[in-house]
Formats: sequence, structure tokens, C-alpha cells
Amino acid sequence: MTDLVELTISEALDGLAKKEFSSVELTKAHLAEMEKARELNAYVLETPEVALERAQKSDERRAQGKAGKMEGIPVGMKDLYCTKGVRTTACSHILDGFIPPYESTVSQKLEDAGSVMLGKTNMDEFAMGTANLTSYYGAVRNPYKDKTNPDKFLIPGGSSGGSAAAVAAGLCMAATGSDTGGSIRTPASFCGIVGCKPTYGRCSRWGMVAFASSLDQAGTMTRTVRDTAIMMGAMAGFDPKDSTSANIPVPDYEKALTGNVKGLKIGIPREYNPDKGLNSDVRHVWESMAEKLKAAGAEIVDISLPSTQYALPTYYLIAPAEASSNLARYDGVRFGLRVDGKSLDEMYTNTRTEGFGKEVKRRIMIGTCILLEGYYETCYLKAQKVRRLLCHEFAEAYKKVDVILAPAAPETAFGKDDDSTSDPLKMQLYDVFTVPSSLAGLPSVCVPAGTSDINGLPIGLQVIGNSFQEETILRVAGAIESMSGMPIRPLRMGGK
Amino acid sequence: MSIDREMVKRLGILSRLRIPEENMDEMVTELTKILGWVDQLKDVNTDDVLPMNSVVEDMNLREREDVINDGGIRDQILANAPEEMDGYFLVPKVVE
Repeated sequence: MTDLVELTISEALDGLAKKEFSSVELTKAHLAEMEKARELNAYVLETPEVALERAQKSDERRAQGKAGKMEGIPVGMKDLYCTKGVRTTACSHILDGFIPPYESTVSQKLEDAGSVMLGKTNMDEFAMGTANLTSYYGAVRNPYKDKTNPDKFLIPGGSSGGSAAAVAAGLCMAATGSDTGGSIRTPASFCGIVGCKPTYGRCSRWGMVAFASSLDQAGTMTRTVRDTAIMMGAMAGFDPKDSTSANIPVPDYEKALTGNVKGLKIGIPREYNPDKGLNSDVRHVWESMAEKLKAAGAEIVDISLPSTQYALPTYYLIAPAEASSNLARYDGVRFGLRVDGKSLDEMYTNTRTEGFGKEVKRRIMIGTCILLEGYYETCYLKAQKVRRLLCHEFAEAYKKVDVILAPAAPETAFGKDDDSTSDPLKMQLYDVFTVPSSLAGLPSVCVPAGTSDINGLPIGLQVIGNSFQEETILRVAGAIESMSGMPIRPLRMGGK
Repeated sequence: MSIDREMVKRLGILSRLRIPEENMDEMVTELTKILGWVDQLKDVNTDDVLPMNSVVEDMNLREREDVINDGGIRDQILANAPEEMDGYFLVPKVVE
């Protein structure tokens, strides 16, 4: 039998149902694997007691015939989700020691579905980053190796870097991520896993540490498209506690995985294929997958999203503006870190100066600046207007096509110490293909589609759908998965 | 309006962040660079386009019954306070 940590969720659910193993055994296998792979720094907090207790209860529920959709499945929880009684920091020093007295809706739904939380996964501080280099708890290592330089410390992408590395290395069967401008899809591409950001409003934001509220969306990170369908089905759904939550029934996403793309119209946006800023290995995987989909009966349609080039500057105005407002709550009074001062104001300033990392401070300063009188009109309102234009262009495109196929990241995983990592403006360019669909609130799944012929690293492609068309994007992603020949087994660190 | 040291100082005060003297120039350069980069948006014609706050703007805000549905958890809330006394959050003295 395959080692327990190598199973997919759907295989594990079968094995659990057939009593081949218990959730306690499955959970213990993952806890042991986590111990062997601590060098990855994928978890910032391991919760073995919580995990074993939940696994025990899960086995009892299963014995009583009350199995949920993810009964007994061990998962990693991004440190951005508030978990009752378990430290939650969004990997920021300013949330030191914060123990939420409540559970986020998404993590509660996953628990209600029977899943078992193994621990909290590493991430960029407040989800602000593309490489998982801004975490207060240090960088995460991508389990994959650059074949031209195997000793190079590769980043996993961000901000859900800990979740991506953990899923890729078999340190959980799946993990939660969150995506504001690409934070699920970029790490999924870099770590060779499936990452799905659903439509804005599909999953509740209640209990997620806020970054930019009009963009933040919960999502899944798994090793297969089927597992994504299972996990999304457990996580999604209406929540009266989130005013932007969509009151739309959750379909059975697994049923959508027919593998059939015949007659589907797949748009290839020409603006996503710039002369500069897209590596040839990524372009090659993208073009050859489009060919394969065509051979499978899909119709490939050339489309244009003319304002694409303006998506990045738009995003880098809207997101910091919302962040500067959201992060005003960290004042050293009610939770987290406090650094004393002689006056109330001095205490606020001392706390925030010490508690926030460099990138977070940078974004708060930018956000504060563009919300000032004099900048508000020309920067913030202007960005909101361009956002509407971007949305309109997508809406026009979906009159002609069912889904859009695009790269997720312009290149493969890069080194922790590469020059670009010290230049915020260069780092922002990694979000170029993910930010437009974030601004439009559209569902997008990144699925491994091939490897680089230069360095052997995984390359993911995005399938972007119209609002609430998760079934269609998962159907196409499933077809890509079966044609890509990419591995679905984890890349284990300590050997078997 | 251009970004200068005075502006950075003002932004620091507004966001309750102390920008050390030695980082002032770096911050001026940084903000100038960002604002220069986003300036390309002025090339986009947005006449007659309304600002978009949210992609779900056509949704009506829901109303709920006006009932207390949490409450009574003072001690749980205060358990996370860096300092508390007699059931209150404690802050440095505000009134002389």
C-alpha cells in the first residue's frame, strides 16, 4: 500500500471508509512527516494534541455512520484563519500571543466536515508578499530543487507559502490559503500543486485576518483537482456573518470533473503574452497545453483584455489603501503586542513601529498617502475607476469564451537571495497575471501543467472563469491535470 | 504634491509609525518611485466611469433581527489584552 502521507484526499476517504486505516493513523503519519521536514519551516505552530483529539473523535463519528465530506482528513491551516484557543498571528509580531476566542467560518466548516487540523502554516506577514519572505517566523523553503543549482534555497511563493510547501511535501493532505492578489495561485504554481481562489463571496471572510477586504478570498491548496473539488465543497457557502457572502447554493464540485472539454471555448488573452516579462519555459508550457486542449476538442479563442497592463498599478493602490485602514486596529490595547510609551499616542506608535515588519509598514505608508486629500481623487478614486473598466473587459470576454487560460506566474520559483527579492517594485511584477482576476473577483484555479525545460521546476497555469463558474474551471483544470503528466504524489523530505 | 521628508513625517504621524531619521530618505525615494509608477493610470480614459468599491456592489445589504447574539464574553475578550484591570482595557494615562 502507498504510504499514508502520499494519498490524495479522495483515496484517503476511500481507505477510511473501507477501514483500511483510521484517522488517528492517518494523522499520526502526517505528524511524523512534519517532524522530518521542519527544515522547510512550513508550519509556524504544530498542534498535535488538537489533531489527535479531533482524529479520535472523527474515528468515533465514522464508526457511528456520521462521516462528513472530509471526515478524518488532516489539513494545514494558514495562520491567517482565527482558530479558537490556538494562536493566530498572520505571521506578524504585532499579533504575538493572540489566542482567538472564536473560530473563523471557513475553519469551522472544515472542522464540521470532519477534517483534522495539524497546525498553522507559515505565510507572508498579513499576506503581504509574493515569496513568503516577509513572515515574522522566517522564510519557507520550497521542497522542489532547481536542477541547475540543487543547493539553492528556493522560495515557495507567497503569501500562502507555508501551505503550498506543506501540501507539496506531504505534511498535510490539503491546506487553506487566502488570495488577495495571487497569494494562492503563485505558491501553487511554484510548488507544483493545485490552488483555487473561488469567486469573491463564495467563501466567508469572517474570522480571516483582513488585508484588503474588497479582494481577500479564502481558497484551497491540494495535490489534485478532485481534492480541490472536495475541499471547496466543504469550505464554501453562505455566511450571514460576512456581509459580502453570496447566498448561492454550493454545487457538488466533484460532479463537474467529467474530463470532457469538448466544445468549450477557451480564451487566450494576448496581453498575457508580453515580449518581456514572461519566461520562455512558462510560455512553452502554456502554448503546448492550449494545443492539447484543442486536440481534446476545446476551441481556442484569441481574446483581448486591453487594460491588463493597468491592473498592477490599480491593485497596488487599492490594496494598500484598504490595508492601511484595516491595520489601524493594531493599537496595543486589545490584543497582541504592546510596547509601552509615556502617552497613549507614544504607546500606539511604539507598538506599531516594533510590531509591523518592513513590507507591512511600507504598504501602510503608501495606503495612508493615497488616501490623503490631494491624492485621494487622482490615485485612489482613479484606481477604483480603472477597476471597473477591468471588470467590464472580463465581462465582455466571457460573452465569447467559457474560461480563460493564462500563466499563473511569469517564471518558476526563484532563490531566496536573488537580487529581485530586495526590490519591492520588482517583486510586485510576479503578480502581473493573478491580480486582474482578483480585482474582478473572478474564480481562478492554478493547476500544474508542466515543468521548465531549463531548471526542471513545476509550472502552473491558471484557468479563470466567470463569476461563480467554479465548476467550469475545475472541469478544465481536471483535463489539464490528466494531460500534463505532472506528479500528484508529494515530494517527501526525509525519504520514506 | 511631491513627496519630501515633511510628507513622510506626516504620514508617519498619521499611521502611528516612527520613521527613523536614517530611513527618511529611503522612504522619500520609495514613495516617489511608487507614485511615479502608478501615475501611468492617468493614460486610461475614465471619463463617465464610476469608482468601484466592491465587485458585489449590486447586492443589497442584508438586515437581521436586532437581537443580542454574542455578548457576555467579557473575560474571553479581555484574556487577549496586553494589560487589563477590573474588567477594562488599561491604557497609559490620558487625562492629567
